[in-house]
Amino acid sequence: MTHEIIISGFGGQGVMAIGKTMVEAGMEEGLFVSWLPSYGPEMRGGTANCSVVLSDQPVGSPVVLNPNELIAMNKPSLLKFEKEVLPGGIILINSSIVELKAQRSDVSAYYIPCIEIANDLGNPKTANMAMLGAYLEASGVLRPETVHRMLAHIFHGPKAGLIDINIEAMSRGAACVSGG
Amino acid sequence: MAFELWKGNEAIAEAAVRAGCRFFFGYPITPQNEVPEYMARRLPEVGGCFLQSESELAAINMVYGAAGAGARVMTSSSSPGISLKQEGITYMAGAELPAVIVNVMRGGPGLGTIQPAQGDYYQATRGGGNGDYRLVVLAPNTIQEAVDLMQEAFDIADCYRNPVMLLADGMIGQMMEPLEWHEPRHRELPPKDWAAAGLHGRGSHNIINSLFIDPLACERHNNRLQEKYRLMEQRELRFEERGCEGAEVLFVAYGSPSRIVMSAVDLLAAQGVKAGLLRPVTVWPYPYERLAALSREPSVKAVVAVEMSAGQMLDDVKIAVGGCKPVTFVGHTGGVIPTQHEIAAAALAALGR
Repeated sequence: MTHEIIISGFGGQGVMAIGKTMVEAGMEEGLFVSWLPSYGPEMRGGTANCSVVLSDQPVGSPVVLNPNELIAMNKPSLLKFEKEVLPGGIILINSSIVELKAQRSDVSAYYIPCIEIANDLGNPKTANMAMLGAYLEASGVLRPETVHRMLAHIFHGPKAGLIDINIEAMSRGAACVSGG
Repeated sequence: MAFELWKGNEAIAEAAVRAGCRFFFGYPITPQNEVPEYMARRLPEVGGCFLQSESELAAINMVYGAAGAGARVMTSSSSPGISLKQEGITYMAGAELPAVIVNVMRGGPGLGTIQPAQGDYYQATRGGGNGDYRLVVLAPNTIQEAVDLMQEAFDIADCYRNPVMLLADGMIGQMMEPLEWHEPRHRELPPKDWAAAGLHGRGSHNIINSLFIDPLACERHNNRLQEKYRLMEQRELRFEERGCEGAEVLFVAYGSPSRIVMSAVDLLAAQGVKAGLLRPVTVWPYPYERLAALSREPSVKAVVAVEMSAGQMLDDVKIAVGGCKPVTFVGHTGGVIPTQHEIAAAALAALGR
C-alpha cells in the first residue's frame, strides 16, 4: 500500500499543515511517511504545494510526480496537477473558490466547499481541516480518530476549545464525500 | 524507541547539539536556513553560543578560532556560501583543527538556484581550497541517517583533528521524515592537549598554525597529513548495497538521488529486470574497491551513475569500474530532480532493451 499525495494551494491556506498532519497521523499508525515542501519564490503569493507519501514500505523518492490523490485548494493547483493524477485516482477540490470541475473521467472528483464549512463553524482557519476530513473519507488511508487524538495533543489549555470545532470541520468535509 | 517527525535541517542541528556541539557560526542562505534558526534558539538553552556573522568568511574563521581553542564547533551553509568558506576549510585542514561543516547543496554555478543539487561533489571530495588535503565527507540519504552521521561527525573530526563535511542537498534539508534518536557511538578520543586555550601550568604555548616556511618542514607536515588521510581511507569508508546480488544493472548514487534510484529499481523489477544499488555513504573516502568488485560480477551488464550534477561522481565510478563494463549517466543540474521513470529508461537503454 502506497499513497502518494499532492496538496496544493495558495500560501496561507494551510496546505503545508494538511500534509504535515497526514504524515504525523501516518507515523502514528505505523506507516513509512515523507513530507516534501515546494520551497522558493513560488511560495510568495503563487502556488505552494507539498508532496506526501504514506506507505507500508520504506519511502523511495519523496517527490510525488503522479499522485494517487490530489488536493487542489485553488484553481492554479487544479490546472497544474489534474493531468498528473494516476488513473483511478482521487481529486479533491476546494469548491469555495474553484469554479472549475475536474475534466478527467478516469478519476473520482469531490467538491468540498471548505470556506463555507469553516465560516459556518465561525472559524475560517478550519477550512483546511474540512478538506483533510474529506481526504480521509475519500481515500480511507488514515483513521480520523488518529487525527482527533493529535488535535487533543496540539490544542490544550486555553486552546482546548479548538479541538471540537476542528473535529466538526473534518466531519462536515467528510460528509461532502460520503453524501451524509 | 519512539519515532518523531523532524525536518531535515532542524534534525541536523539537534543532532549536533546532542553530539556536544556548543558553538555555531554562520551566515544565512537557502535551503539550509532552518539549521541556524534552530541553533539560535537551542544553543543558549545548553550554555552554547550561536552567532550570525557578517559574512561566510567571518563565520568559518570563527569556527577556526573556536576549534583552535578546543571547542566542539560547526557551521552550515549552502553551495555559494560553502565556496566562500573554502579558505577557512583548507586552513583548518592545514592547522589540523576538528570541526563539522554542513553543506545543504543547491544548484550552481555562482548563485545558481535554491533548489536541490549535487554540483559540489568535486569541491567536497577533491578539496575546494588550496593544497593537498582531504575531508571525510558524509552523504546521508534519509533524515535518520543525517542525524546518525551528524552525531558521529564530531567524533570523526576530533579523532583525526580534521574538518568533516556533511554533504546533504536541499531535499534532505527541507523534507520531513520520522526518525529515532540513538545514543551516538562514542569513540575513544585523545585529549585536546594541543588546543590554544591557556597555559594551565604548562611551560610552553600551544600554537595553531598552517604556515611552514621551510620546504622540508612543510613536506614533513604534508607527509604526516597524508598518513592521516590513508588512515581515514582505511577506517572511515561507508557504503550501502541494496539488491546487488545477481543484478543486471548496477546503479551508483548518493544522497537524495539514491532514493529515487530505489523507486526506479522497483519499476525495473516490475518489468523483470533485476537492478541493484551501491550507495556511497562516505563520498570521501570512496568505495572504489567494492564498486570495482561489484561491476566485475558476471551478472552485471551495465553500470548507471545517477546524480543531480552534470557528472562529477561519475569520474569516481569510471575509476572504479576501470572500463570493464559500460558506464552510463543520468543527471540533472540547476535544481531539476531526476525521475524514477527516466532512470529506469536509461537502465533499459543501457541493457539494449
